[in-house]
Amino acid sequence: MKLITIAGPPSSGKTAVILKLIETLKMPLGSIGVVKFDCLTSFDNLSYEAAQVPVQMGFSGKTCPDHYFVSNIEDAVQWGIESGFKLLITESAGLCNRCSPYINSIASICVIDNLSGVNTPRKIGPMLKFADIVVVTKGDIVSQAEREVFAFNIKQVNLTARIIFINGITGQGTFMLAKYLKNTLEIDTIRDMRLRFTTPAAVCSYCTGETRIGEPHQRGMLKKMEFKK
Amino acid sequence: MMTASDFMTLLNNEDLSLVIERYPITLDFLANYRLSDIATDRLLLDALMGVEDEILEEFGFEPYDLLYNLAIFLKTFSETRTTIDGVTSITINGGINKLKQPENISLTISAGEVISVVGPTGSGKSRLLNDIECLAQRDTPTRRQIMINNRSLDDTQRFEMDGKLVAQLSQNMNFVMDLTVREFLEMHAKCRLSPNVNEVVETCFSCANDLAGEKFSDDTKVTQLSGGQSRALMIADTAFMSDSPIVLIDEIENAGIDRREAILLLAKREKIIFVSTHDPLLALNADKRIIIKNGGIDRIIETSTEERQSLVLIEKLDNQLLKLRNHLRSGDLITKELINL
Repeated sequence: MKLITIAGPPSSGKTAVILKLIETLKMPLGSIGVVKFDCLTSFDNLSYEAAQVPVQMGFSGKTCPDHYFVSNIEDAVQWGIESGFKLLITESAGLCNRCSPYINSIASICVIDNLSGVNTPRKIGPMLKFADIVVVTKGDIVSQAEREVFAFNIKQVNLTARIIFINGITGQGTFMLAKYLKNTLEIDTIRDMRLRFTTPAAVCSYCTGETRIGEPHQRGMLKKMEFKK
Repeated sequence: MMTASDFMTLLNNEDLSLVIERYPITLDFLANYRLSDIATDRLLLDALMGVEDEILEEFGFEPYDLLYNLAIFLKTFSETRTTIDGVTSITINGGINKLKQPENISLTISAGEVISVVGPTGSGKSRLLNDIECLAQRDTPTRRQIMINNRSLDDTQRFEMDGKLVAQLSQNMNFVMDLTVREFLEMHAKCRLSPNVNEVVETCFSCANDLAGEKFSDDTKVTQLSGGQSRALMIADTAFMSDSPIVLIDEIENAGIDRREAILLLAKREKIIFVSTHDPLLALNADKRIIIKNGGIDRIIETSTEERQSLVLIEKLDNQLLKLRNHLRSGDLITKELINL
């Protein structure tokens, strides 16, 4: 089975891109599965079900979405293999921009949209920096110049990634994405593989349910701001 | 041509301030890593000594990694030659239409040529434009082949050109940046690594104003431009700043822009231009037009002498309409005399 990990800010068009990609790949029904990692809730399962794509949803709830991803990804792979998929796609919403659910030697795609502000690529961090491919959506409604500036800013953060513009409505651009993904690694497990970047660290009182504010309640690993006098 | 190791030597031997002076884009790199306040009166590695370890750690860097990354960054952004330089022609070799009938055509289009694409909605115009964009090599549903400079392309070459070959312009496109016209042009010029920012900004701005029916100043926000003004700015910008050799235009609206001038400008800049349009004035101004039917290229019509001659009449009609529009704009009554055909 092949594995592709896809990440991106909420509403950037990940699901639309994945559905168009699946359409372009023209593989038999049931040979591609999706695992959607989200935080609280999601309605994307409906879109996948409508397209007859087997989907599993997972919600990180009160834990860090990145930690949740890495603790469950091998199980997801095993689910995919047992289900007889030829390709498993994981979709995760990166909410703090710090998330980068990418694994060494596993194809990694970051989806961002052209409407999110021209400097956004420079703010996203590891999720963009460590991707192999950056998919830019919603380019059909902004000017050519803005698309170019956006691509330039992506390149500033990730010099080597392929940048592909995809129209999530018509699917324009997915042909090239499918081509890039042709040589994706075959795997039967990802045990002992490594994440491309460390997950956000925090083991503090607030991780374990503390809600009170103020110094006496803050324990563990904390990062404090410095306020200039 | 500077290599990455040349840049490493530069960074190891010269103060950061000199590097910034020679390569202003260094400032962007520093900002990306929250290092805008770094001391510049010394070597980068020395300056990094004064930076909190935490910052580099958060980005997963040791000081030396940062130096190496900056060297690669500068190398990448000082390369002015790209794979798309020197595209002088493209050739469309026919495939099949939706009914699996062969298209039996081969059309070569050279820089400076204008081709219009006509056909009803859903007939397959976007498919043709998609094939051009991804440089189809008989591997898309239409089985068409696109050649550049009379050569077919392998996948590596396609990947390299992907996204840079074609500039697009359509009715649905808007500016979304919160910038003035000047700031916008300067930002784009910076991304194009233009050596002479002021000059190219000035050229773009005055050319956009020539194309626009209503003039605008360079301190107007791009989001506040009228439809015609936006289109004029987009076209001037594509002509002078974008280095994509192919321009795809999807219907430019009637109002507030000199459409023929706009296309002519792009043609003069040696672009290969495809205009998807049903505007007779634009379609007949093109050298040839591709007729799309049943998802395929049905025919290619060379604009005939008769058609070219009738352009004069069409222009007259068009000017008539324009005049009416201007009368309306200035609050006049429309009289029968004004229409006077």
